[in-house]
Amino acid sequence: MNLEDKISPIVRNIPPSGIRRFFDLANSKPNAISLGVGEPDFVTPWHVREASIDSLEKGMTSYTSNRGTPELLEAISVYLEKRFSITYQAESEILVTFGASEAIDLALRTILSPGEEVLTPEPCYVSYTPCIQLAGGVPVPVTTPANRGFKLQAEDLEKAITPKTKAIILCYPNNPTGAIMTKRDWEPIIQVIKKHDLLVISDEIYAELTYGGRDHYSIASFPEMKERTILINGFSKAFAMTGWRIGYVAAPVPLLNGMLKIHQYTALCASITSQAAALEALTNGMNECRSMVAQYDRRRRLVVKAFQDMGLTCHDPHGAFYVFPSIQATGLDSQTFAEQLLMEEEVAVVPGDVFGPSGAGHIRCSYATSIERLGEALQRIERFVKRKQSQLPLIKAQNQ
Amino acid sequence: MKPEQLQEEIVTILQENSRIEVQQLADMLGVTAQAVEKQLKELQEKRIILRFGTVVNWQKLGRQKVYALIDVKITPQRGHGFDALAKRIYRFPEVHSVYVMSGTYDLSVGLEVDSLEAVGRFVTEKLSPLDSVVSTTTHFVLKKYKEDGVIFDDPENDQRLVISP
Ligand SMILES: Cc1ncc(COP(=O)(O)O)c(C=O)c1O
Repeated sequence: MNLEDKISPIVRNIPPSGIRRFFDLANSKPNAISLGVGEPDFVTPWHVREASIDSLEKGMTSYTSNRGTPELLEAISVYLEKRFSITYQAESEILVTFGASEAIDLALRTILSPGEEVLTPEPCYVSYTPCIQLAGGVPVPVTTPANRGFKLQAEDLEKAITPKTKAIILCYPNNPTGAIMTKRDWEPIIQVIKKHDLLVISDEIYAELTYGGRDHYSIASFPEMKERTILINGFSKAFAMTGWRIGYVAAPVPLLNGMLKIHQYTALCASITSQAAALEALTNGMNECRSMVAQYDRRRRLVVKAFQDMGLTCHDPHGAFYVFPSIQATGLDSQTFAEQLLMEEEVAVVPGDVFGPSGAGHIRCSYATSIERLGEALQRIERFVKRKQSQLPLIKAQNQ
Repeated sequence: MKPEQLQEEIVTILQENSRIEVQQLADMLGVTAQAVEKQLKELQEKRIILRFGTVVNWQKLGRQKVYALIDVKITPQRGHGFDALAKRIYRFPEVHSVYVMSGTYDLSVGLEVDSLEAVGRFVTEKLSPLDSVVSTTTHFVLKKYKEDGVIFDDPENDQRLVISP
């Protein structure tokens, strides 16, 4: 029996993950300093871990209601209102999920019919394209230009829209570019979205991680936008809780009910232990969150300056914990750059093209790493870049 | 960044790592090295930064040190409150810390010496004879787990995968 043939064409046709390939390569260099990690270097704050231990001691080991515990739903509702001025009813418009990851899948499966198109501003998080395909939809990339700081442009959006366009997936602050969208940046985008009556899936997992006094501005907080938006957020990045697998989605009742239908049969409910931890994080964790953001901000300035000093074009990222410099000045493509950097200097970064073709010529460096290691990694990258640039005239001469 | 904000950022970073280079500190804060130097000078002149310190685990160096915390009850002196007495106590080099406490006693005196006898000598010959000292209670430190925000146990390893999306 050929088991390959038994696999559904949709699954079979999803290409192997570019990150995966690089992951295997990086594992051959166990002592490398990794700037390739998409999660906080902090451990979950102790009081949050403590709260989950406490819940276990109290014997809280059962299922919860499909939506999540009433206390957590209420805390999420209060948080969204207080932090981003968006009102969601705890009992009907919020659903606790296995991380933002499950929420992305639920949202897409809930709204997509076969062949419908979803716009994906690129470079973007690696899960969107395959999740759209798995839900039967067709991803349509919209390139966000590097010279505009990777912000989404209304003209580009307009051009990509067809009669089949159903929705757009937005991710700001952005993984991998660190770009954010301000209120002003959103305004023209919103006009296009309304004009074409699109749904919005807004992945705001990095909402707490913005820098230099720039606050996150949720697209759902604009007038008449909440009713067409599925807002996704979670605890992974803001509270350093990636391993707990907990997040949430908020949406108007009909959309939420659709997602709830899938969730109740495929997931039943999120882990009760993680829900206890998440409740503690939301109610008492904002100070730790702020302190982590302050630390990311210092590293961010250090890293951006280092890349600019190396003579690489690096836009100033105002969110998440990534920088996305262009490495074109080295004459290498992003895969070669990342591979050689790993082999020659033992520093792991992620080649930009794994986040979509428009990420080519860039690398993603995460600064969720201690200052000491970051400093060492940057010195090695600088040495590498200098070496490559000194070899550049040679290579050009050979090619002529 | 406003000067006060800059100063606060500088001391926060230095408290974690006082050996950081000025240029790196400047890059982390998005200012020039000169600007950091200027603030550092002012912070020291104003004695906001008192010392660039090091937290040491002496045990690992094979040196046995004795730490004691002494609760001291005193009768305050008219016109001086606790200050005059606190001064007389903190001038002893073996005294590591002196705090005025709320609660059942008045001063908490931290002692760092080489031997048990040295603690005894300090309490009986130096501290207790002071006029306004009414009583003392000495507690010995048996094991240090954490000091100045630093945990003595070795840090846990980074558990993260080398590459993740
Ligand atoms: C943009 C983006 N969305 C979602 C996720 C997944 O988050 P969660 O851990 O909540 O599933 C990540 C994690 O890297 C991410 O970068």
